[in-house]
This record gives sequence, structure tokens and C-alpha cells, in this order.
Amino acid sequence: MLSVELRQQRAGFALDISFEAPAGVTVLFGGSGAGKTTVVNAVAGLERPETGRVALNGRVLFDLERGIWLAPHRRRIGYIFQEGRLFPHLTVRQNLLFGRWFAPKGAAREDLERIVAMLGIGPLMARHPGSLSGGEKQRVAIGRALLSSPDLILADEPLAALDDPRKEEILPYFERLRDEVKIPMLYVSHAATEVARLATTVVVLKDGKVQRQGSAAEVLGDASVMPTGVRAAGALLQARLLRHHTDGLSELEAGGISLFLPQVMQQVGSQLRVRILAQDVILSRQKPEGLSALNILPGEIEQIRGGTGPGAMVTLKTDAGRVLARITRRSAQALELAPGVSCYAVVKSVAIARSDVSGEARSDTPG
Amino acid sequence: MNWLGPEEWQAVALSLKVSIWASLLSLPFGIFVAYALARWEFAGKQLLNGLVHLPLILPPVVTGYLLLLAFGTQGALGGFLQQFGIILAFRWTGAALAAAIMGFPLMVRAIRLSIEAVDPKLEQAAATLGANRFWAFATVTLPLILPGVIAGTILAFAKAMGEFGATITFVSNIPGQTQTLPSAIYAFLQVPGGESAALRLVLISVGIAMSALILSELLARRASKRLGGT
Repeated sequence: MLSVELRQQRAGFALDISFEAPAGVTVLFGGSGAGKTTVVNAVAGLERPETGRVALNGRVLFDLERGIWLAPHRRRIGYIFQEGRLFPHLTVRQNLLFGRWFAPKGAAREDLERIVAMLGIGPLMARHPGSLSGGEKQRVAIGRALLSSPDLILADEPLAALDDPRKEEILPYFERLRDEVKIPMLYVSHAATEVARLATTVVVLKDGKVQRQGSAAEVLGDASVMPTGVRAAGALLQARLLRHHTDGLSELEAGGISLFLPQVMQQVGSQLRVRILAQDVILSRQKPEGLSALNILPGEIEQIRGGTGPGAMVTLKTDAGRVLARITRRSAQALELAPGVSCYAVVKSVAIARSDVSGEARSDTPG
Repeated sequence: MNWLGPEEWQAVALSLKVSIWASLLSLPFGIFVAYALARWEFAGKQLLNGLVHLPLILPPVVTGYLLLLAFGTQGALGGFLQQFGIILAFRWTGAALAAAIMGFPLMVRAIRLSIEAVDPKLEQAAATLGANRFWAFATVTLPLILPGVIAGTILAFAKAMGEFGATITFVSNIPGQTQTLPSAIYAFLQVPGGESAALRLVLISVGIAMSALILSELLARRASKRLGGT
């Protein structure tokens, strides 16, 4: 458990942030200038804020009102930097083992072989960082942070410097980190897709303040946090793979509702996160019939939020979880939509293809 | 080496001794000052920078005379050191001090440039991996600046081999004691028939300078190859 309190009154940039990060991956989400990097650098000890307190599993890293400031090398925090920051004069193996020289004798050690296998960097061990690709460098950087026996992993937009295919290459390793290594992680991102895929907890920062904090499903389904008009807005549903059908579709179950997706390459019974983009949802007051769409979720309207433009973001509460729909204000009036009204969310199956969870190329199968 | 007279041989050996001690002993200070100038903000930084560079712009005779004032047996520092049996004026140790001070700005400049070329964020990364300041420097920055350190040391060595003005002012020109290569060349040129001895010393001087240059090239090339072509 990491608890963070920061306050700062510097000219032009006021900060007043307080949150707690439980086990798992906590994503600090927000646009540039929201204060994300200030938070991670303060936690790591690379930048001293005006005042505040940070404690990790009850161990105080700093408490500036009491004059406590632990040097960064005493904090036992593995930092995965945006630019990797591998040591150019050392081989990959030496980079990976760098933290081990300095870890206290009794510290729980991650097994080198296991981490190397997990990150698939075995063939790179004898090479120097100068000869690695961007994605390879970032995988080594992840390994290096893990092998320093940290109590917490910090990742400051570790994918921002990579192009889309490289992002897609690295994201699964962060998922494995979350699922296989039991070290809590604070992950900074401004990409909704990374939040959807990685977060257990989301802390939304805006203008130096915590705007919202909660589980990934709660926050991503909250139209007041995810800005309207942004293509990335959408809801996150937790689903279980029920069965594979012979026609190439896979059936998922979320809160008792069946969802059909083009073939999902996963084992039956596995838990999946499914993302439904708000712009791919159509609302209907009556149960639609004679429609090609396979996925129809009944629910009740919780909130309608209008933006400055003609659009409105509707939050629908269904048994599967909250679903966002981006419709026009005109349609909202025509359908007499209001909080409490029951209605149906029609989702084109294309929109919930698993690959969209990553925000990458969406498979275009007919609905 | 019988083509060298005993006096000439003495001058060569003394010059090598003085220059090696001067460059090696000033190295730790050179690295420290270069690091401070490259990385730290502190009051008096410009003053330190000016002081380090002073021997480069002052007439060497002035530097030598200032050294004599400070480190002579009547000088404040000289008198203090004398209590511990350390005498610098008119000794080879004084020649080493003069050479070190004259070479110091060259050494600091070379090392400072190479430190500034290393991303300070790498030391931050080392800190998050548990290395304190000293270890972060020793395991990350130092290996990365090695070519610059070698270049700076060789420059200081070459400067020490050629140092004349400050040396002759501070420690005079005593054969076997303080007569370095340049002082010996100068002395031979003052006496009739000394040209051939002077020429031999000039050739040796050129030879040593060229060897030092080639050695530094080789070492620097090996050091940067170890960095794996970043």
C-alpha cells in the first residue's frame, strides 16, 4: 500500500494531491500538466516537492513537515523511465544485475532466469543497449527495475516513446508483470487504452488535483471523467469466455449477459476485459428486432452529460456493468432519454473485438 | 643510452618523474573539480572556474613567482608544510607542483567536457537502483567519461613535460635536482658547444610527446569501444 500526499504552491502550478494505491497496478491518468510526473518523481525521490508525505507499506519515504527525506537509493523503488535509461557501457546482463549489487543482503530476490524468460530477453544478454531496438530496450528496463528487489515499481509513460506496433509489443509484458509478479506498481499514462488494459485502480489527475479515484471499471465507465468527444471514451466490462462457436464467434458472459465476439484466442473460462467505445453504441427505447447487431444490453440510464457541441454522453447501467454511449443531443431529446429511463444499448460486435482493448487495429468483422 | 651524457640523462629521468607524479596526483582533484563545475550549482562556482583557469592565462613566470611566495620557506603554506618535513622550493617536488598547477586547467577542461556529455539522468537511474552518489559516479559516470579522463591526463602530462617558466622561477635550474628537460635544453643553449646536446634533448622531447599522444589515442579508442557504440 502506497499513500501519497503532496502540496505545492509554485508560481503557475499549484498541486494538492492525495491518494492511496493498493496492491496491483494503479494508473495515474491525466493530460500533460496534470502533475503526474511530479508525483512519481517525488515518490522516487528525484524531485523534492514543497511539502507532503509518502509512505510505502508503512515505511515513510518522506515527510517534509517532519523534515524526513530519504535519499532515492534508500527507497527501494524500481523506476521504469520513459526513455529506458539503460547504461550504455554495460551489457544487457550487467544492466539487469546492476541493482542486485546494491540490494540489501536479506531482500527477496527475483530470479534472473525467470525474469529473463518472462520478458523474452535471453538472446540479448551479451549485447549493449546501443544495438537494441526501442522495444527491446524497454523490456530490459522493465527487467532491470524488477531485479533490484523493489517494494514498488514506478513506470512513467513507459510506452510514450514507442510507435504503435512497439506499444503492442510491450503492453503484454506489463500485463504479465501485474499478474505474475506481486509488486505493486504506479503507472503514469495519458492513454485510455493503457488504463483499460492494465489498471486495477485508476487515479485521475487534473490541474494538480485528484479528480476521481476508483477501480478501472468504475472510472472508465464514468462519463464525467472521460471527456466527451474523445474517440477513446468507452466503458470497460469484465467478462468470462463461455464457449467457442463453430461459426468463428466466441461467446462471453458478463453479469449474465451474453456477448459475441469474433474468435477470441483464449481458453474457455478465462477472464477478459472488454472495452466498448462510446461511439460504437446505439441506444434504443424498445428492444430492437430485425437488427444485424448481435450484442444488445438492456439497462437503465444513469446520467446524461452534454458537451459544448451537439454530442451527449449517456451512461447506461446494465447487468454487465456501466456502458457509455455517445449520441447527439437531438437524439436524446427525440427518444426522451432521462435518468431512470430503461433502454437498450446496441453494440456492433466489431466494437468489442478483443484487440480493441489495446486500442490498436480493430478487426473488421461484419456485425 | 650512452649517446646521452649523465647530465642529459638526469634531465630526461627527472622530467619523466616530475610529469608522471604531477599528472597522476592532480587526477583525483581534476575529476572532482570537473564534476563540481559540470554538475553542481554552488556559490563561488565562477570564482573556482576562474582560479582553475588562471595558470592558463597568467604569464608562467607570474605563476612561478606566486608559488614561490606561497610555498617558499618564508611563505605561509611553505612554512606550514615544512613542519611536516615537506619542502617544495628548489626541490623536484616543487617542480611537480608547478607542473601540476600549469597542467590543471587543461585536465579539468577535457574531463569537464566529457562529463557534460553524459546524461545526468543515468545517475538518477542508478540511484533508483540503489546506488548512492559515489557508486553511481564510480559505476556509471566514470566508465563513460574514461576517454575524456585519459585525454585530460595525457594533456596534463604533456604540459608538465614542457613546463618551463613557472618551474624555473619556483625551483630554479639545479642539475640533478630541478633541471627538467626544457630547463636543460635552455641551459645547453646558453653555453658554447651545447647545441648538439640540446638537439638530442629536443629529439627526446619530441619522441616522448609523440608517444604520449599515440598512447592516449589508443587508450581512448579502447575505452570508447568498450562503451559499445552507443
